[in-house]
Amino acid sequence: MTTTLPAYDDVVARYEPVIGLETHVELGTNTKMFCGCPTDFGGEPNTRVCPVCLGLPGSLPVANKAAIEATIRIGLALNCSIAEWCRFARKNYFYPDMPKNFQISQYDEPLCVDGYLDVEVNGETVRIGIERVHLEEDTGKTLHVGGATGRIHGATESLVDYNRAGIPLVEIVTRPIPGTAALAPEVARAYVTELRDVIRSLGVSDVRMEEGSLRCDVNTSLNRPGEEWGTRTETKNVNSLRSVERAVRSEMLRQASVLDAGGRITQETRHFHEDTGDTTPGRSKETATDYRYFPEPDLVPLAPDVAWVTELKAALPELPRLHRRRLQREWGLSDLDMQSVLNAGAVELIEATVAAGATPAAARKWWLGELSRRANEAGIELADVGATPSQVAELQGLVDAGKLNDKLARVVLEGVVAGEGSPTEIMANRNLEVVSDTGALTAAVDEAIAANPDVADKVRSGKVAAAGALVGAVMKTTRGQADAKTVRELILERLGVKG
Amino acid sequence: MTDLTRMTASELAGLVAAGDASAVEVTQAHLDRIAAVDGRINAFLHVDTDGALAAARAVDERRAAGDGLGPLAGVPVAVKDVLTTRGVPTTVGSRILEGWRPPYDATIVERLRAAGTVMLGKTNMDEFAMGSSTEYSAYGPTRNPWDTDRIPGGSGGGSAAALAAYEAPLSIGSDTGGSIRQPGAVTGTVGAKPTYGGTSRYGLVAFSSSLDTPGPCARTVLDAALLHQVIGGHDPRDSTSIPAPVPDVVAAARLGASGDLTGVKLGVVKEFTGEGAEPGVTAAFREAVDTLTKLGAEIVEVSCPHFRYALPAYYLIAPSECSSNLARFDGVRFGLRVGDDGNRSLEEVMSLTREAGFGPEVKRRIMIGTYALSSGYYDAYYGQAQKVRTLITRDFTAAFTQVDALISPTTPFVAFPLGARTSDPYQMYLADLYTIPTNLYGGPGISVPCGLSEGLPVGLQVMAPTMADDRMYRVAAALESAVGTFTPPAL
Amino acid sequence: MAAISREEVAHLARLSRLAVTEEELDTFAGQLDVILQSVAQVGEVAAADIPPTSHSVPLTNVLREDVVVPGLTPQEALSGAPDAEEQRFRVPRILDEDVAS
Repeated sequence: MTTTLPAYDDVVARYEPVIGLETHVELGTNTKMFCGCPTDFGGEPNTRVCPVCLGLPGSLPVANKAAIEATIRIGLALNCSIAEWCRFARKNYFYPDMPKNFQISQYDEPLCVDGYLDVEVNGETVRIGIERVHLEEDTGKTLHVGGATGRIHGATESLVDYNRAGIPLVEIVTRPIPGTAALAPEVARAYVTELRDVIRSLGVSDVRMEEGSLRCDVNTSLNRPGEEWGTRTETKNVNSLRSVERAVRSEMLRQASVLDAGGRITQETRHFHEDTGDTTPGRSKETATDYRYFPEPDLVPLAPDVAWVTELKAALPELPRLHRRRLQREWGLSDLDMQSVLNAGAVELIEATVAAGATPAAARKWWLGELSRRANEAGIELADVGATPSQVAELQGLVDAGKLNDKLARVVLEGVVAGEGSPTEIMANRNLEVVSDTGALTAAVDEAIAANPDVADKVRSGKVAAAGALVGAVMKTTRGQADAKTVRELILERLGVKG
Repeated sequence: MTDLTRMTASELAGLVAAGDASAVEVTQAHLDRIAAVDGRINAFLHVDTDGALAAARAVDERRAAGDGLGPLAGVPVAVKDVLTTRGVPTTVGSRILEGWRPPYDATIVERLRAAGTVMLGKTNMDEFAMGSSTEYSAYGPTRNPWDTDRIPGGSGGGSAAALAAYEAPLSIGSDTGGSIRQPGAVTGTVGAKPTYGGTSRYGLVAFSSSLDTPGPCARTVLDAALLHQVIGGHDPRDSTSIPAPVPDVVAAARLGASGDLTGVKLGVVKEFTGEGAEPGVTAAFREAVDTLTKLGAEIVEVSCPHFRYALPAYYLIAPSECSSNLARFDGVRFGLRVGDDGNRSLEEVMSLTREAGFGPEVKRRIMIGTYALSSGYYDAYYGQAQKVRTLITRDFTAAFTQVDALISPTTPFVAFPLGARTSDPYQMYLADLYTIPTNLYGGPGISVPCGLSEGLPVGLQVMAPTMADDRMYRVAAALESAVGTFTPPAL
Repeated sequence: MAAISREEVAHLARLSRLAVTEEELDTFAGQLDVILQSVAQVGEVAAADIPPTSHSVPLTNVLREDVVVPGLTPQEALSGAPDAEEQRFRVPRILDEDVAS
């Protein structure tokens, strides 16, 4: 099924995308949503279970206060109204990773509604409407055995582990986002990034996409200008920020090619494939089951009173956007400079490097320069590049102390990234410290002068610029470990020339 | 020595406390009685002989050591098979849980153990507590000790019959639409449905979560109150448990036993007299009303216009909740699995398991509930039923501004012959006509024997406001003091 | 007129994961029809402005502190399982179209 996809610029010239995002965040509470089982990641199968999260007959749920508060805090951080009264509901469908064959969720009475999140894309602020934030329980994990590469298709049996069943899951649903045109993929990514930063700043989840504690479904539709919004698809299995952007783009291209050929878009779930960047169809929503929602009779309603909500609101931390503004001021950056820091994903890294003792300018130089270059080359996030803020601060400290010059510092950084140890250790182990012993340097200078008498004469005769060749020779014999400026001064001094 | 099985729980507790009988003797007497008669009654699905004797020995040891004993220490209790019992089979009267030994105790079972009562075993019931005759048990019907060709009521027929057959002095039931009170009425025993939230549902295998209420069954009102006191009270593991102390039901039962109801105003539910009930039931009820008047109660007639919609509302709400509650019986984590031949898919195996594991009444209710919750029907069925529930609650609230408690017959008919109503499910549903409104409202209700009709027991129901359980005990105990208890013919 | 058809009963049985027999379909269709026609009486009540009751207890905000409570051992957890493997619950193959959410 190979079709030639249209060019992206061409697609956005003829179609308007509408996107929407549903994000699931696993809360980092100590215990599960409705029982006292621990929530830590990993663990031997079925070791974090009890009658409640196994759905044994007779067991009953009791809601976790910390999870309710975390959800309200997320809602407040997203400028939502907090419901004065709401209920949990049962979402009924049969699936073996769901112990009760219903999921306790929220239906028409979510805990938080009608908010927004401002995100910045290309220096412009886009306001993303938040429709709802609600709380539900996670499912267990199913291992498919006997088929190819653990996929459900072709498997002969499945094995279920309920350690994850019942972990609190917050679902954050945006309103449809029209009008972003060619920027739709970037807006989607910027939203998920900002949402992740907001939730992380609240300390309610570790929001790690690779571990599944932040999961994202992306809705995409296209329409021709002036026409109604198109049929949307829901893309699942989008497991990184980069994939969010790629998934939207890929789905825009695919839908455009279908529409261009006179076809219609099927309302369906599609799966994103990290390796190819494509989406493939999953379950068709048109035949989706009726979940037969009804109010959960085993849980009484939630009615967060004003005092409780006010208290939670007062305790909210400085949110990332305001935090960034403050940093920009403190670091003395222009909007454009700040934008490049943001684009590189370097805000927190620079902040931590400054906290570890480096100047903002130096910290920014390392993270946006050498380290960004390495991250880009490796196709990884800057935070995963292999150097920590404290190592970068230490490196800069060695430079400031004159122990490393710029060139040597880069070599040391290479060692840091390769995991050879701290900058000080690497400098010592690799014998990279700047040669500041003037006796040894003077000998090297005299040697260079003796080896290049004609160059020395030129310098003596006033052609000071020719000294560069002698500096190069000295640097060569000292394997770059001398400070070039010092070497130059010494050469001029030995030749009796004023620099 | 007097036959220990003929004594009341409070008498037995007194004997044990005084050292006049050991808990082991009391327990053995009941185990012997079960061995002698239960072949004809089938009240028990499982008799835990070893566990019971061990618990009895522990009580005797505590007494010998001079430790204080609770008010029911050493008294045997039969537990409806709807409550989980750690390591002891729990079937809910269904094939789908055959052989399941739960890894945990229900809160009520924990409290029974902590109080030093002796659990004899698990009693028979309509499958998943759905029924009014115990004929829907997968393990054969329980028979009424008054006439073994007749039903003992349901769903808790086993718990009621065990009392009437002197196999146990106390038992635990659960009441979703009348499953404690109606069996009490047709076996001539006492059955109390506490205020919803007054007794913990943790470990009660759910049928209809918003209605299910576990409660005490006994042969006397005082015994029921003593058991109520032991099992009742707040449980943090049940979100719907009321965080307040149990009303002093024991004191109320003792007060009522004095036979004085002066100053008590009782309302006869107009809608529940007249047509619908058998003439013998109506006659016995009328006579009981006269007795209550003689005891000093003021009787007025009260209209509760929406009670007539209670039955249809109940048969939408209960099946809806049941369709969801019973979804977990899928042969994955516990219980029966059928048809797993290595080739069939999970969906097929699940469907074959549920088909084989559930009986016809359970299947009917699951399908009714699935229908009533479907998006196209929700508003007309489940949603409307919940509104009717509000109106029924308003009827109760209005009535309780006029009277202290409401009274009615417990059930429209005396114990009917086995098989008489199984072919027409809706005829079976009518057995709960008078008990269902209380469940929809959430208040307490008690059935106390009030007379006989053609030699079979008739029960009178007292309904009280929520968390005023003590009131119903007072009225029931007063009536009991006047009419006495009822003993079935020897088996 | 019947409130429910045999086909609808078959659909409900499938939704409910009940592999009912043909004979059962005939019996249930008749019985469910009687029951549904009877319970439809709730529709006679004028209740447009009446709030529904989902819970009879007047409680709100019943919450639990976020404190770990000991649960079951894997042996206890799996003790009732019809089939287990590698300390997990074993189930037959799952059809693709079963995948939900």
